[in-house]
Amino acid sequence: MDLLQILSNTVSSILGPATIAYALAAVGLAVHFGYTGLLNFGIAAYMAIGAYGYAISVLTFGLPWWGGVLVGIVGSIIFSLILGIPTLRLRGDYLAIVTIAAAEVIRLLFLTNAFDAVTGSADGLSGYHDSFRAANPLPDGTFGFGPFTYNSTGWWVRIIGVLILAIAVLIVWSVMRSPWGRVIKGIREDEDAVRALGKNVFAYKLQALVLGGIFGALGGIVYALPSSVNPGVYVTSLTFFVYTALLLGGAATVFGPVLGAVLFWVVQTFLSNLLPALVVSGILPFMSTSQSQTLRFILVGVALMLLVIFKPQGLLGNKKELTFVKQ
Amino acid sequence: MSSNETPINEAPVQREKATNLHKGDIAPGVAKVDPIIIADGIRRTFGGLTAVDVDHIEIPRNAITALIGPNGAGKTTLFNLLTGFDKPDGGTWTFEGNSLAGMPAFKVARLGQVRTFQLTKALGLLTVLENMKLGAKDQRGEKFFSSMFPALWRKQDDAIEQRAMMLLKKFKLDAKSEDFAASLSGGQRKLLEMARALMSQPTLVMLDEPMAGVNPALTQSLLDHILDLKDEGMTVLFVEHDMHMVRHIADWVIVMAEGRVVAEGPPDEVMKNQAVIDAYLGAHQDVDLGVVTGRVAGEIPEEAQDLAAEVAALDSAIRNRAANDNPEKTS
Repeated sequence: MDLLQILSNTVSSILGPATIAYALAAVGLAVHFGYTGLLNFGIAAYMAIGAYGYAISVLTFGLPWWGGVLVGIVGSIIFSLILGIPTLRLRGDYLAIVTIAAAEVIRLLFLTNAFDAVTGSADGLSGYHDSFRAANPLPDGTFGFGPFTYNSTGWWVRIIGVLILAIAVLIVWSVMRSPWGRVIKGIREDEDAVRALGKNVFAYKLQALVLGGIFGALGGIVYALPSSVNPGVYVTSLTFFVYTALLLGGAATVFGPVLGAVLFWVVQTFLSNLLPALVVSGILPFMSTSQSQTLRFILVGVALMLLVIFKPQGLLGNKKELTFVKQ
Repeated sequence: MSSNETPINEAPVQREKATNLHKGDIAPGVAKVDPIIIADGIRRTFGGLTAVDVDHIEIPRNAITALIGPNGAGKTTLFNLLTGFDKPDGGTWTFEGNSLAGMPAFKVARLGQVRTFQLTKALGLLTVLENMKLGAKDQRGEKFFSSMFPALWRKQDDAIEQRAMMLLKKFKLDAKSEDFAASLSGGQRKLLEMARALMSQPTLVMLDEPMAGVNPALTQSLLDHILDLKDEGMTVLFVEHDMHMVRHIADWVIVMAEGRVVAEGPPDEVMKNQAVIDAYLGAHQDVDLGVVTGRVAGEIPEEAQDLAAEVAALDSAIRNRAANDNPEKTS
């Protein structure tokens, strides 16, 4: 068992594209769920729209990589409007039902054979990297230090990812401390009270849905940047993994979703490296290596339950905020 | 703020009431000299139940109007209809001459007609100060794109904060300004909700049971605040069950029963109205039922002699029946 290699992989995952993608999606979900109180269970669909929007516009329409990013963003805005206009006038639980169903509709649309020429159906999409890699200003070769040693493309993906994440965090931080954020948080507490004060609650909820949705789509794009678009990724469990990351860090915090995503992937990577190694060296009996991969999801589930029971406000959340929730 | 210097135990000064609010004979739906709200043919049914069926109602301007009636009379439903929180099956209603039919609640509030709720809606996880600042109208920083640039809204926000602190001081909540609203007591939340409504500088304040669940010590200060609103030129419409409070502060009383306006008028006259007594107050509102039924010693007033005799007759009838049913036990 190579403990050093396991630890190195674990530390390396802090800066993984998947981590950054989850962090972006979790920031979007923080806007939806943590600040506005919108129960969006379709963040996976936003990520899929971002990823497919990017890949399809590069592959089918020959747009440059940044054009693909824009298409992904516009796609998420349209999706928000389609979802939001009929449902945001209703009570919160309806949005939850609609988003979870809409996420499946989106996934199946990308999966169906009918659009195989564009979406690649079950095979997904790949080979859209030329434009993105051509824009890479970094020199060729492998550089970095310790566990953070990547090749030129690896660094380029991470730099763009962190940059987008930083902008997203900055936007959330700046709007949530403003009067706009005050209205948004007021809507989370009681939308009738906010309505009685003359605020157009529906418009605010739609703005929040669009804003969070854009971050979700950007998360999907960053997820797709280094490798390929695979329809098997954007399943309902992705939504719940992003929720795990969000709740881990703290739902109504700016940096909580980022910290949560990092911790989520560090633990995931650690367990997926450690458990098979334990099986191979005979420390973990009654189990095959593939079974041990399932065990890690069980452990993540248990961890989430413990978290919600013992630290429901998340790692960065304000303890006082939760003290009053039961009233 | 003068109310701060008032010693606690000083008896409240009875302020002068607004009079001569109506035109012609007092009757349900009487026209007012200067109405702020005029509603016609407001009807709202829930399935087979007609919750509100008001032919004509006018609310006088710059006066305190109380809306009273038994539970289920349709007071809160009428409130919801007038403020756009519910839509009537039919009817027209205007606020300061603007038709409100079909207008969403937030636009009604922007016109200057704010309301509070029967079940207090303090925004728990916002601080008291944030609750207050939320009430202010036309904030530049509430637009999404300008919210990102504090330079565009900082000055306005500071002015709003100053006004909020002044109001909080008046309502004696200034020490709590940094606490979450969820940490306030029920009565303090009522105060906060009312103060928050005032942040929007309304012309008509609609209070849905402002006294429900408020302890007696706070009641007096709440009453004073409501009277202050009138002095500052606002119009107040409130729903209340506490008849003493209604008598004390209301200039005009509208009585509803089963969705209709059954009576209206100045408080003292309305309370003598037979329709009101039947619908709401009960025939023997001043009689101590403990005395009448003989469970508590005391004098039975003359007008309740009939009632006492009736009770005595009923009691003996019950005793007789019990004796007939179980002869062994009573003998």
